[in-house]
Amino acid sequence: MLDLSVTKFVKSKLVEPIKHFFVQIGELSFFAGRFFKEVFTPPFEFKELLRQCYQMGNRSLVLVGVTGFIIGLVMTLQSRPTLIQFGAVSWMPNMTGISIVREIGPVITALICAGRIASGIGAELGSMRVTEQIDAMEVSGTNPFKYLVVTRILATTLMLPLLVVFGDLIALYGSALVENLKGDVSFQLYFNTVFDALSFGDVVPATIKSFFFGFVIGLVGCYKGYYSKKGTAGVGLAANTAVVMASLLVFVVDFIAVFVSDIFYEL
Amino acid sequence: MTNEQITYKNENYPYQSEDTDKRKTVILIRDVYKSFGDNHVLNGFHMKLHEGENLVVMGKSGSGKSVMIKCLVGLMSPDRGYIEVMGKEIANLDRQTLDELRSDIGFLFQGSALYDSMTVRQNLEFPMRRHKEKLGVVQDTTPLVLEALENVGLAHTMDLMPAELSGGMKRRIALARTLILKPKIILYDEPTSGLDPITSKEIIELMRSIQKKYGTSSLIITHDVDCARVISERMILLVDGINYAEGSYAELSASKDPKVEAFFKK
Ligand SMILES: Nc1ncnc2c1ncn2[C@@H]1O[C@H](COP(=O)(O)OP(=O)(O)O)[C@@H](O)[C@H]1O
Ligand SMILES: [Mg+2]
Repeated sequence: MLDLSVTKFVKSKLVEPIKHFFVQIGELSFFAGRFFKEVFTPPFEFKELLRQCYQMGNRSLVLVGVTGFIIGLVMTLQSRPTLIQFGAVSWMPNMTGISIVREIGPVITALICAGRIASGIGAELGSMRVTEQIDAMEVSGTNPFKYLVVTRILATTLMLPLLVVFGDLIALYGSALVENLKGDVSFQLYFNTVFDALSFGDVVPATIKSFFFGFVIGLVGCYKGYYSKKGTAGVGLAANTAVVMASLLVFVVDFIAVFVSDIFYEL
Repeated sequence: MTNEQITYKNENYPYQSEDTDKRKTVILIRDVYKSFGDNHVLNGFHMKLHEGENLVVMGKSGSGKSVMIKCLVGLMSPDRGYIEVMGKEIANLDRQTLDELRSDIGFLFQGSALYDSMTVRQNLEFPMRRHKEKLGVVQDTTPLVLEALENVGLAHTMDLMPAELSGGMKRRIALARTLILKPKIILYDEPTSGLDPITSKEIIELMRSIQKKYGTSSLIITHDVDCARVISERMILLVDGINYAEGSYAELSASKDPKVEAFFKK
């Protein structure tokens, strides 16, 4: 009896979710495959792409800015005492600069966008699916995958690196502000030191990584919304699971990116 | 193929009759099956729509009416069976031919399905984006949009967003959108669902006037008996995935078959 309930428990709590996870990954890969198939064939929806780019940027600019500023500020405030202890406070710009540009900036920005953009896309496409707007597009001769999905995935892929750069700069400004007020370092000296410290090998992997972050965020949002279940509950679920899955994939991509760029360093 | 006699294999088919209608057949559905997992929605459905005809298909909610008309325009594909629209078998069409065919079929969706991020005007212009060959090169879409909106009596809403419209207005705008490509066949998926009786009447009147003006063939899916009474020339009752009964409103409403009677009971 006990034996039976244990297997049942294992099955419902372990086997099923894992199976579900792999099914999702498989479907997501198919979806990505369809994206690559359709992105290169005409007709191209340039106008809609521009509109989406504008919307993505517009929706998350303030949030990314505020978060970046606070992160830069807090990071500098918190590491100051330790660096002073070791007499290394003059390394502050190098340290914050590198950690912000290489890791914190891209990941935090991507997570904010996963929360804001992936859920937005999931809800928008989900409600379009549920109210048959996607079907209506299809019968009126416009390929909804091209018009809705391709444009959105492209928009997130292109916009995320820009948002990351913006977030990085604001975060560095926050950090510089602390150094300026507490340590009498001028903004010019601070930024000069940061840009001297940053090398090609810091900026390029971070930028490439950001493209991939943008891609998975758009991909997951669109996938969840496009195949949303009927009913308003389906829309909520699409938005919700889009955030969870996109955030998770951001970390997975980050892990892979760090791993790969590490290999390049060794070379 | 087109004018071939349908042979019904449903045993309990009370109104099995010769097809005496000499008009051209524009839609032919023969022996269509569709299921979702264990949910067998269509189990051998037959239907024939003639040119200029008003055919009503009535069925309970969840009986597969929407599934049936989605199969007609290729939004879903049946598990098996034969579907032909204006002489073309839907299953065998490539994307371009299908799009061309679809431009001759208007589809009014159950919940209006207006694009809610676009204005009324953009909603009406949307179908014109990809059907340039049908309309020719349109320099200015305003006259076309205006004509379609005037047909439904809502010319003043051109620059409003769908969220600013009432349910009845949305339905009429949606109707204008399906009319903009001058379709030969219009499929109405529950045109009066979710509307109050007075607005429903207005929509039905509109459907009739459109039919008169453009001579379209109409397939109306509904569970609204009043709508069926006013508009139908012929009716099919969809029960358990088959065309359970077929005939005029008068014939069917006089039927003593319990399943048929259930539809007409007040
Ligand atoms: N995409 C789908 N996936 C699974 N089941 C579906 C799908 N579309 C419709 N169904 C099922 O088919 C049945 C008929 O649905 P529908 O045609 O929408 O009914 P109605 O006659 O009210 O229009 C319902 O039981 C519904 O749950
Ligand atoms: Mg329906």
